[in-house]
Amino acid sequence: MPTVSNEEAKAAVQDRSEAVAPQGRMARALDSDLFHAFLKSRITVVAAIGTLILFALAALAPWIAPHDPFDLASISIMDARVPPVWMDYSDPRFPLGTDDQGRDLLSGIFYGMRISLIVGFCSVIAAAVIGITLGLIAGYAGGRVDAIIMRIADVQLTFPAILIALLIDGIANGIVGNLDREVFAFYILIVSLALSFWVQYARTVRGSTMVEKNKEYVQAARVIGIPPAIIMARHILPNVMGPVLVIATINLALAIVTEATLSFLGVGMPPTQPSLGTLIAIGNDFLYSGEWWIAIFPGLALALLVLNVNLLGDWLRDALNPKLR
Amino acid sequence: MIGFATRRLLQAMIVMLVVSLLAFTMFRFVGDPINQMVGVETSIEEREALRERLGLNDPIAVQFYHFLSKAVRFDFGTSYQFHQPVSDLFAKRIPATLELSFASAIFALAVGVPMGIFAGLNRESALSKLFLSVSLIGISLPTFFIGILLIFLFSVTLQWLPSFGRGETVQIGSWWTTGFLTVSGLKALILPSITLGLYQMTLIMRLIRAEMLEVIRTDYIKFARARGLPDRLVNFRHALKNTMVPVITITGLQLGAIIAFATITETVFQWPGMGLMFLQAVQNVDIPIMSAYLLLTAFLFVMINFIVDILYFFIDPRLRVGRP
Amino acid sequence: MKNTRILVTAALVATGTVSAVQAETLKFAFQGTLNALDPYSLNETFTLSSLGNTYEGLVRRGADLAIEPGLAERWEVVDPNRWRFHLRKGVKFHNGSDFTAEDVAFSAERVRSEGSDLSTRVPAGAKVEIVDDYTVDFVLEGPNPILHYEWDTFYIMDKEWTTENDAVQVTSASDTTPNHAALHANGTGPFKVASHEAGVKTVYEKNDTWWDTATHNLDAVEFTPIGSDATRVAALLSGELDMVYPIPVQDIKRVNDNAGTVALTGPELRTIFLGMDQTRDELLYSDVKGKNPFKDARVRKAFYQAIDIEGIKRKVMRDLATPSAIMISPFLFDKAGDFERYPYDPEAAKALLAEAGYPDGFSTGMDCPNDRYVNDEAICQAVASMLAKIGVTVDLNAQPKAKYFAKILASGGFDTSFYLLGWTPGSLDSWSILDNLMNCRDEAGKGSPFNIGGFCDETIDRLSDEILVEIDPEKRNTLIAETYKISHDNVYYIPLHQQGLAWGVADNIDLVQRADNQFKFRFVTKN
Repeated sequence: MPTVSNEEAKAAVQDRSEAVAPQGRMARALDSDLFHAFLKSRITVVAAIGTLILFALAALAPWIAPHDPFDLASISIMDARVPPVWMDYSDPRFPLGTDDQGRDLLSGIFYGMRISLIVGFCSVIAAAVIGITLGLIAGYAGGRVDAIIMRIADVQLTFPAILIALLIDGIANGIVGNLDREVFAFYILIVSLALSFWVQYARTVRGSTMVEKNKEYVQAARVIGIPPAIIMARHILPNVMGPVLVIATINLALAIVTEATLSFLGVGMPPTQPSLGTLIAIGNDFLYSGEWWIAIFPGLALALLVLNVNLLGDWLRDALNPKLR
Repeated sequence: MIGFATRRLLQAMIVMLVVSLLAFTMFRFVGDPINQMVGVETSIEEREALRERLGLNDPIAVQFYHFLSKAVRFDFGTSYQFHQPVSDLFAKRIPATLELSFASAIFALAVGVPMGIFAGLNRESALSKLFLSVSLIGISLPTFFIGILLIFLFSVTLQWLPSFGRGETVQIGSWWTTGFLTVSGLKALILPSITLGLYQMTLIMRLIRAEMLEVIRTDYIKFARARGLPDRLVNFRHALKNTMVPVITITGLQLGAIIAFATITETVFQWPGMGLMFLQAVQNVDIPIMSAYLLLTAFLFVMINFIVDILYFFIDPRLRVGRP
Repeated sequence: MKNTRILVTAALVATGTVSAVQAETLKFAFQGTLNALDPYSLNETFTLSSLGNTYEGLVRRGADLAIEPGLAERWEVVDPNRWRFHLRKGVKFHNGSDFTAEDVAFSAERVRSEGSDLSTRVPAGAKVEIVDDYTVDFVLEGPNPILHYEWDTFYIMDKEWTTENDAVQVTSASDTTPNHAALHANGTGPFKVASHEAGVKTVYEKNDTWWDTATHNLDAVEFTPIGSDATRVAALLSGELDMVYPIPVQDIKRVNDNAGTVALTGPELRTIFLGMDQTRDELLYSDVKGKNPFKDARVRKAFYQAIDIEGIKRKVMRDLATPSAIMISPFLFDKAGDFERYPYDPEAAKALLAEAGYPDGFSTGMDCPNDRYVNDEAICQAVASMLAKIGVTVDLNAQPKAKYFAKILASGGFDTSFYLLGWTPGSLDSWSILDNLMNCRDEAGKGSPFNIGGFCDETIDRLSDEILVEIDPEKRNTLIAETYKISHDNVYYIPLHQQGLAWGVADNIDLVQRADNQFKFRFVTKN
């Protein structure tokens, strides 16, 4: 998957830079203006509700899913590829049918969404933390520090996510040795995705920081002797968070989709703990053989999830852009 | 300015050096190339002999030195799988990838720009909301899945378009091959370019929309309207022109991303480009191909960033790389 | 040598008449690439299968895999250590030069030279003596009843051509300049290589001066590698290709239902089996500390009986698999019928585990490739779920083959506790299995390098030495059966099944599907 729109956000940043008032944007974001705008947009309300429902399904999976798809002892190969209930040869135990191992798809989707969301959130947060920190430092310090950090970013961009996943997996094996795949696959994915995505945050934040640091309030803070770390964290950071939020919503979706691609290439979640992406990658093999439900239902779930999150992101982007008020 | 450019070029070389060094220290974690190079019944002794011949037993530093001393002469060694010079292999594969990237960029622009303009001008209309939502499908499903669905629909069910390969190609000059000059070549381009370009299309559309929304609220557009200029003229002559600068920059940048990330699309459609070759190299631990590919993409990204920074230098003096 | 039993191939009955005028091109795809054209560079089925259309050996195998004369018209064992081959006269290489005894002697040297991956084709100590232009003797150091078993893929090269083009050295990756023979081919076979772009496309054209009577009606053959299963099947369904292989088992029905295509299925010679670490004192991946449960034959048998092989056959393999009780295909071993699988019985398995001291089961890691064998990952998952039912927790590590083999083989230090592997005996003979899978090995892999679990049974080793030099086929088979029985009784391995072959073919193509998964254009007719 191509890296997202750091440029998109960058463009947004540049335009916004002049209009931004030197107070904390976060504080303003929670202000009633935003809330009004929110209620005004019907599509956004629907998207918000949809997102909430999907998140709830994922969070409550162990309690609401009819089966535990990760419990190998409970699944039987003899139940494999049962169609959804409205078709012939279906089984009422499996409302949306089963996959090639006899796992209940409905439960698989709930649990898979849970894994996809956790992987997505963790990798987005990790990427954002790395990216924002480096971006702030690069933008504020400038000069050699900036050059070094940005060139590291260039190096990073060169390595596709698949290679990073393979490498991290190998290195983790080398360091930890004899590791428990089912636990570590998860962390390996998060680290790989975080490493693939941090560059966009770094670039965006660097761009805005370079603009912010020349503003009077930063100059003033510097004059009265506030240390750079504090200036960055207290004063600049809140003012560059807007585009970061926007990237994060897009990235959440992208992380989930990229994880699916890694599964397709055989380096994603272990097959005994499928994510939404793993389910699609598995179902992909059964599209021609008429067992369409194995890929299509998880695909729909993924599309719904991504769509809702992005619609929220869209609204957030427009709402945070003062020029569009 | 010249100082800035030379400094950046120097940095670019360091980046490429680091990329290849990193690549080298990490390749041993990808797998063991020997297993992919010999049959299963090859004895341990012969495997060891091969390992020795390939220099895989040398310290990483020595291997790296050998690689580097040859790479500066554009000699990337011999592919483990194909027993051919890597530079020859890349020369053959580059046209395929470039043509696919070009076609998908055209697709992304041809569809993304008009949709973006429409959505920007008619912010509240149902159609633009539909565009916005539908375009999200492009980023909400994995590329491989979209590719397979397209093949299923257009190749298997309707039998309109080919499911794999480049179709007939025409040789131009000594090494370039093109699919643009034959009917089958053009048909073969359609599905892979849509698959690859869908993501960029979504991006461009959303970007244009956002730019349009802002530009039509600016004073000089309002002024133009107030002067009584016809809507069409204002929208296209004035507003669109102003949105184009960032769009062109980003399209350029995305072209780099398209080329670098065409691997999945090329794999699904068996498109004989660099991405397919790279993925096969990863699967077979073909170290010479992997290192050459990484160097090539590093070069690409470094050059694009370099050009963008130079552009910034002219466009926005505030972003000049300088002292704090 | 009757142990290559006749295989009934599922060739299509062609309807319609053969049109001799029309230029016929066969377009086909395989999942992997044809990497190099040098016939000694890679000992791998598809490479040898492809090159076998261009190059030929002294012997060849027919549609039923029976050995028949190739470039040698006949041969005889003059004394136990001396084999005499009488070469076919009037055979020409594609470049026009004559095929003579010189070429055989040259090829026998080249195939054993450094960099050749097929060096075991001719025993290291064997001498080649040219008797006259069309007679060659192979003088061995000891008797070898199966000398020519793999000579159908020991291809004869032209001495002149190879020398002239500076290609005497076998291609190896360390060469800085590519070997001429890696990019060009000059054989005696029914098809010439017209163009070859590695990993993209290879085009063959008919050899009009082939020595044998052509039964095919092809003028040209176009090969494209297509790695993605779905795309490969789509290319067949849409009529773009005449033949693709392999097709995933789940798509067999679809290919059969589609108008104009049919799936050809048959047994393959590859046996899929499970192995266990039986050498370490403590497993690398387990919650059992201080001892190795797999050293206990009862535990191994419990695993065996916990596996519902019929379930795997029906649901994972969709009946395209033959459950197996021994480590070799029944087609390759006459006494295979004497063996029977331990029955699937989870209760008995639980009892065995309890008897061995693991009433609540234990946990173990499992290594599995996910791009090597038919549905490999799905089989491993099914096994994991079946073992879960007797209380064994399996931590499944399914990886691409490059990483998988790097981990579990000698170069990775046999880093596994429990694994899935497949084996096809290249010589179509049990010796390959004994030599590679059944004998003892040391830590570096000396001995049987693919005995990954590292079990060591001296009786099997002793029997193997006898089998190697036993010339009497009946006695030899009895000895082989004995080794299989020891393995079965001690559950050194858990054989699962012989996976099936599935090729997708357009209705107007008539071909032969050999059980060794080799695709020979000379058996093809296109209507």
